[in-house]
Order: sequence, then C-alpha cells, then structure tokens
Amino acid sequence: MFIPMAVAIAEARVGKRGERYYSGRVPQLLERGFIAFKSSTWMIVLSGFVEPVLYLLSFGYGIGKLLPTITVGNESIKYAVFIAPALLATSAMNGAIYDSTMNVFFKLNHDRIYHGMLATSMGPLDVALGEIGWALLRGFSYACAFMAVVAPLGLIPSLWGLLAIPAAVLIAFGFASCGMAVTSYMKSFQQLEIITVFLLPMFLFSGSFYPLTVFPEWLQFTVNLLPLTHAINLVRGLCLGHINMGLVGHALYFVIMIICGLFFTTKRLNALFMK
Amino acid sequence: MSEYLISARGLTKKFGDFTAVNSIDFDVSKGESFGLLGPNGAGKSTVMRMIGATSQRNAGDLTILGKDPELNGPQIRAHLGVVPQQDSLDMHLSVSENLYIYGRYFGLPRKFVKGKIEELLTFAQLEEKRDAKVEALSGGMKRRLTIARALVSEPEILMLDEPTTGLDPQARHILWDRLFRLKEQGVTLVITTHFMDEAEQLCDRLIVMDKGSIMAEGSPASLIKDYSTKEVLEVRFGSDRNQEVADKLRAMCERIEELPDRVLMYTEDGEALLEKIYASGLHPKTSLVRRSSLEDVFLRLTGRTLIE
Repeated sequence: MFIPMAVAIAEARVGKRGERYYSGRVPQLLERGFIAFKSSTWMIVLSGFVEPVLYLLSFGYGIGKLLPTITVGNESIKYAVFIAPALLATSAMNGAIYDSTMNVFFKLNHDRIYHGMLATSMGPLDVALGEIGWALLRGFSYACAFMAVVAPLGLIPSLWGLLAIPAAVLIAFGFASCGMAVTSYMKSFQQLEIITVFLLPMFLFSGSFYPLTVFPEWLQFTVNLLPLTHAINLVRGLCLGHINMGLVGHALYFVIMIICGLFFTTKRLNALFMK
Repeated sequence: MSEYLISARGLTKKFGDFTAVNSIDFDVSKGESFGLLGPNGAGKSTVMRMIGATSQRNAGDLTILGKDPELNGPQIRAHLGVVPQQDSLDMHLSVSENLYIYGRYFGLPRKFVKGKIEELLTFAQLEEKRDAKVEALSGGMKRRLTIARALVSEPEILMLDEPTTGLDPQARHILWDRLFRLKEQGVTLVITTHFMDEAEQLCDRLIVMDKGSIMAEGSPASLIKDYSTKEVLEVRFGSDRNQEVADKLRAMCERIEELPDRVLMYTEDGEALLEKIYASGLHPKTSLVRRSSLEDVFLRLTGRTLIE
C-alpha cells in the first residue's frame, strides 16, 4: 500500500509527548518568517534598531550634559551608561510586543494564516512557538546591533555585559509569549490599543531614565511589580557588572512569564481552532 | 480497518444550547465524490471541521481512515487536503512560496516540496503567476491556488467547503474541470455546497442537510427520482395573482410549490401541463419547462429554497 510521505511523517510522531499539540515544526515556521521577511517592509525592521539609538543620543547626550553622573549603589556612573541597558531592555520588549500583537492579530483575524497552518499536521503549540521564536530571532539581532553600537562608545563597563544579549532574548521571550496570549483573546483591532496604554507608562516609570529611589515608597513598590522594571534591572546589573542573586530573581520573573504566556496561548489557539 | 474512508454514527456537535449537527450517520467510500448539500447554517461546515480534526464532536463516533480524530488529529490531518470556505492563503508570500511553505508545514523535505511546485502550478494553471503576490490574484485564481496548496501533501481525501461560492460562472467551470481531474486520479472528494448544479455536476452521492439533520441521501439522480417528478413547469402570473390561481393549479398536477415570485408545478410532462393550463382559461405571464433538480428535492424536503 502506498503511504504518502506526509502521513509517514505524522505517524512517526505517534506516542511522542504532547503529540496532539506539537509536531516539532518550529523550524518550518521560522523558515516562513524568513521568506516573508525577505520581502517585508524594511522601515519597520530598521525602526526597531534605530529607536533605542535615537533615545540614547537625545537623552544620553542631551540630559547627560546637564547631569554628568548618576549614583547607583555606591558607584557614580555617566548618565549614558545608566540609560543604555534600559534602552536595550525596552527595545527587546518593544520588538517582541510588535511581533506578537499587531502581526499576530492580523494573521489570526484578517489573513487567517493560522487557520491554514492548523489544517496541516501541525498543532497549536507549533504555531505559538514558531511565532514567538521568530520574534526572538528579531529581538536577538536588535540586541546584537545595539551592543555593537554602544560597546565601542564605552557605555558597557563590565564584560558581564555580554550576557545582556541572552538576557534581552529572555526578556523578549517573556513579552512575546504574554503578548501573543493577550492578543489571542482580542476581538477587535481597537482593543489592541489597551496594550499600548499599558506599555507607555511602564516605559516611562520603570526606571529607564532615573533610579526608582526618587519615587515615594508606595510607587516604588508598584513599579517593582512590573515586568519592564525587572528587565531593566537584569540588563543593567549585567552591563554594570553588579552580579548578585537579585539578577536570578529578575530572570525567574521572565521564566514565569514565558510559561504562563505559552500556556494561555496554546490553550486559546486550541479553543479557537480545535473547538 | 473498515471498508469506508470516513464513517460517522450518531455524530453530534453542540455550541452551548445550539445543536449544529444532530446525530447524523454517513459513510464515504474510497474514490467517491461525496457531497453535503444544504442551505447556510445547515451544519455542513461543522461536519467538515470535525472530519478535518479541527473540531471535536460532542457525541457519536467518527472514524477517518480507521482513526479517531479526537485521538489522532495530526495523523488524520496528514491524510487530508483542506480547502476552507474563506481563503487562508499567506498574503505575505508569493504564489509558489505559498505552495512551498504549506508542504513544509507537513514536515515534508525541501527537495520533495520543490519538486511538487511545478506540477501543482500547472494543475492550477498558475504557471505565469508563480512569483506574483497572492493579493494580486483574482478570486478564481486564489481558489485554484488554495486547492493546489491542499494537494501538496498528496492527500487521499480532499475536503472542499463551498469551493465555488463567490466565483463567476467561467471561474466555476474551470474549477469544476480541475476537480473532475482529481476525481479521475482517484482522490476522494468531500464537498459542501448550497448550489444544486454544483452538487449534480460533482457528486456521486450526497446527503441533503437542514438544521443539523440529514433529510435524504442518495445519488443526485436517485434523489430527484425519489423526491421529485421528471419535469417542472414554472409559471408566473404576477406576484399578486400567483396565490389566487394556486388552488386551480394544484388540481392540475401532482404537487405545486408556491414561491413569492412564481409557482412550481411538478409533473411528468411539462408541455402537456402547460397546454392544460391554457385550456382552462388561465394565461401565465411567463412559463418555463425544465427538468427537476436537487433544488426541487430540497424544496420538497424542507419547504424552503436553498438560497434564501
């Protein structure tokens, strides 16, 4: 009897863990991302890199003139050195959010691309991991590009700063999986604005531009619950070489975000497409 | 493994309190072209999605190639080519890239998929559009591309949900021709439609569905034979007079159906009936004799037309 290759491939996965949700097709989804990327709007790609550099130039050198040094712990550092890690963390967040909200919303509701994908032998976890994986690849390249600009300027004092690149990928992973989970529940394009309403104040208040110690206690407490605060503290700790157990805590925050995000995304995609 | 490719017993699907599919039984044999005919909302697409292992039943049994879609979703989907009602092509990719990546989604090797692309482009008559973006294609081309895409995994069963809805007559005929070729190659087709001519053209056997239940089952010819007469005479007296004359007309033939704009009269000989009407002193504004179609079967079974 003739067995089509697609069937043989699917049969080979019988008995594997989570086989109904996952078929090991993340590389194929990344391949799709790459093919689409080749003909995508380069402006969007470029803006993801240019944005943090512009912030660094305007704030780092503008405010840096008025405020030559800033005190972190017992150490006095240049203002640009203070904000560079925060901008890296923020750009990791922004890139991941863009890929996992706007892009995902259109594929889900407008182009119905996921409908097509899930009619194949793939499962919803393939789609979730593939989409998030693509957001991470982009986040990784932005982080590398940003480091390539700021390190030669002497803005990364510690060698530990190299670890800021994987940290940025971890941060992007957390935001992308939660972003995709939230987006999968959104019914209209307007609802996506809620995400922006949440992100902008978080960016402004999470200690990007000044230490949190300037805030009253209650506000410090609130801001310390937000993911971006943990992202900035993690990347800044590495870039400045302030290595302590606190960094592990910040990283754990993102591990939990990743797990929750993936859980709800898979659950929701399953409910949407396998109902 | 049973002799049937698809077998359903007491298949039921509920969405909350609403029963979309109400305990239906059917079988589809290998190489057969099987149709689900019914108006919008009859539950056809829900049945298709349950077969396609993207929707789970609430009760009953469903077996596809000897497997249960609830347990072996990916393995069943690997056997199927799915052409959904709404296009789900990848707008960011070109025509050939759409075919390529879809094959990759099944886990097929690059070389294998690349080899398939030429064959599929020829089949879909899209050779000249290979590098075009999907957005630039006409409705008929998009449909053909969707069918070609569904064939990339060499499926044994092709599932087509309303394949020609929204296409102009010429595009429909091109599509039908392509589907005939697949049938000749031994691909099993499962087709939903609310066009009776499509069902008559494409289906060896079909079930007529309404409100989640099966009203009748058989070949197009046998359904017409069982539920309708050989010919139908359509007469129009003007919308206000149709009802007035209905009683007189009813006495002249086996059965009539009053529609808002015309009266359908069921008979073995339409011309003779028309003469009889003139002889009785009635003068319809227009008249038409035609052969019975599945539309008449549906009207008989449900008292409603397929397209409302």
